Amino acid sequence: MTTLDTPLDASPSRAASRPRAAGPGARSALHWIAVHSLALALTLMFLLPLVFIALTAVMSDQQALTSQLWPREWHWENFAHVFTRSPMLSYFGNSLLYSGLATVGMLLSSVPAAYALARLRWRGRNLAFFAVVAAMLLPPQVVAVPLYLLWAQLGLTGTLWPLVVPYLLGDFFSIFLLRQFFLTIPEDYADAARVDGCSELQVLWRVILPMARPGIAAAALFCFLYTWNDYFGPLLYAGERPESWTLSVALASFRGLHHVEWNLTMAATVLVMLPAVVLFLFAQKSFVKGITFTGVKG
Amino acid sequence: MSSTMTTTVDRAPAPADPGPPVPRRRRRRRLVALGFLAPAVLGFGLFFAYPLVATVFFSFTRSDGLNPPEWVGPRNYVHLVTSDPVAHTAAANTLWLVVVLTVLRVVFALGVASVLARIRRGAGFFRTVFYLPALAPPVAATLAFVFLFNPGTGPVNAGLRAIGIDSPPGWFTDPAWAKPSLTLLMLWCSGELTIIILAALLDVPTELYEAAALDGAGAWSRFRHVTLPSIAPVLLFGVVNSVILALQFFTQAVVGGSVASGGAEMAGHSKNLGWPGNSTLTFPAWLYQQGFRYFNMGYAAAMCTVLFLVSFACTVVLIRRLRSAAGTGEAR
Repeated sequence: MTTLDTPLDASPSRAASRPRAAGPGARSALHWIAVHSLALALTLMFLLPLVFIALTAVMSDQQALTSQLWPREWHWENFAHVFTRSPMLSYFGNSLLYSGLATVGMLLSSVPAAYALARLRWRGRNLAFFAVVAAMLLPPQVVAVPLYLLWAQLGLTGTLWPLVVPYLLGDFFSIFLLRQFFLTIPEDYADAARVDGCSELQVLWRVILPMARPGIAAAALFCFLYTWNDYFGPLLYAGERPESWTLSVALASFRGLHHVEWNLTMAATVLVMLPAVVLFLFAQKSFVKGITFTGVKG
Repeated sequence: MSSTMTTTVDRAPAPADPGPPVPRRRRRRRLVALGFLAPAVLGFGLFFAYPLVATVFFSFTRSDGLNPPEWVGPRNYVHLVTSDPVAHTAAANTLWLVVVLTVLRVVFALGVASVLARIRRGAGFFRTVFYLPALAPPVAATLAFVFLFNPGTGPVNAGLRAIGIDSPPGWFTDPAWAKPSLTLLMLWCSGELTIIILAALLDVPTELYEAAALDGAGAWSRFRHVTLPSIAPVLLFGVVNSVILALQFFTQAVVGGSVASGGAEMAGHSKNLGWPGNSTLTFPAWLYQQGFRYFNMGYAAAMCTVLFLVSFACTVVLIRRLRSAAGTGEAR
């Protein structure tokens, strides 16, 4: 693994101001038209499914079974029906509990570990980093059997604890991502603090953390989103116990319960998608930064 | 190691203060690192190292999760290879996804990123739009796609009929089209990889393009000789990422099959696993079914071991290529 020591800036302003080699006159105009019509086509491709989902969500149940695209009447009460037909609110609470606790636990356990991997000098550091990458790349199904048996012995299957506890003990992807961020912070600041007599814990707390705030935000967002979207984990441990279902598990069986009511299914789909979208719109910059950081690992 | 030691000594504040002798300082440093790493080390042992070893052990046993495991030697592997045709179908489906999904996902993300890289005004808007579907929870996105691609009344086929295609595909309900439908779903959600590739594209030094243009290189030649070598490490990352994604492909396949079948059971419980006609049954899905629905946990552990070996081999091979590609990329 080579390490990345330069920050990667993908802010929109830079993308916008980037000059491109293009000839003047008619050729560049043609080029402009070609690129923008392609972009428009792609925009439709990416957006139309979302539009159709939203439109179907407010149709009557009969109309949702036809191939008409525009709602004849707008049934906003469909969204309310989702909550009355199923304990959506309790699923929402379970999802929030899983994602919230996992994210907090991840931060507590993974930030110091990532710092130790990025900035402390100790024998075996490279080997440990390789171990983190190996663990990060492991399909979650591979270790499911012994872990399930372990949690069953502790009597915790049927709850979401088997999913939360591992985050209190370090999440490998987050450690990896945070390490990449920490490496971009110039060592000089930390050294200056050390000269002033700070311990490593103080260096991390007072110097590194304030400077790594965007990176930490990105790691937290990814962790929250990953757990919010997770299906395999909650299905494995809580599938048998509907009281512990998260939104993803509940949504997967929603259509089973409400067979022909595509409108309600789509309304539930919209509701499940919404938190992630809102989160993204508020923290777009951190997202983009975090994503680009995962890509430059090679 | 010793070179890093010297650099620290060089940076020590005052030569008059030599500090504690080297071995003690080294031990102290290791203790500090260990303190920072302690939770993660525990997590690594409990949730990675132990279960990995235990999985290999269980794979040589008959185990139902209730009674103590009974040693059966390689019988699970023999059964997997010689007499479980469903597992072979599942393996073939997963292999199909590894090949098709990986190639299409990387090519598609590169294509979309190339368009994005050429847009100046409104770049932020387009980026948001192209990324948005990647945020959709997989279960929600799958439900939406099964609805959109509903052969009878879905908007996709309605559109296809409108432009004169009289018998559009059955998508999720047709064994031949189910995997391509899942692939389309995954392409729709590939915004993350697009953003990664876009960042790499924007990082290619403009001078390289200018020099190539001066040499009279056409668009294709510039792409082939300037863009591709510069972004090769990131493309290979995309390949590694997609291969891993395909190897553990579970949620979309299980939910898609069960919802499209109209089964009234909960997804993942369904007798309709792999519907239609086992065409969406992936290797991890069959593993899940064997281990946690039939409670053949020893057999499931054998499948886990196979999945681990395959994904580990893929990762090692691809990371090696990644490293050498990064090396040549820097040399250019």
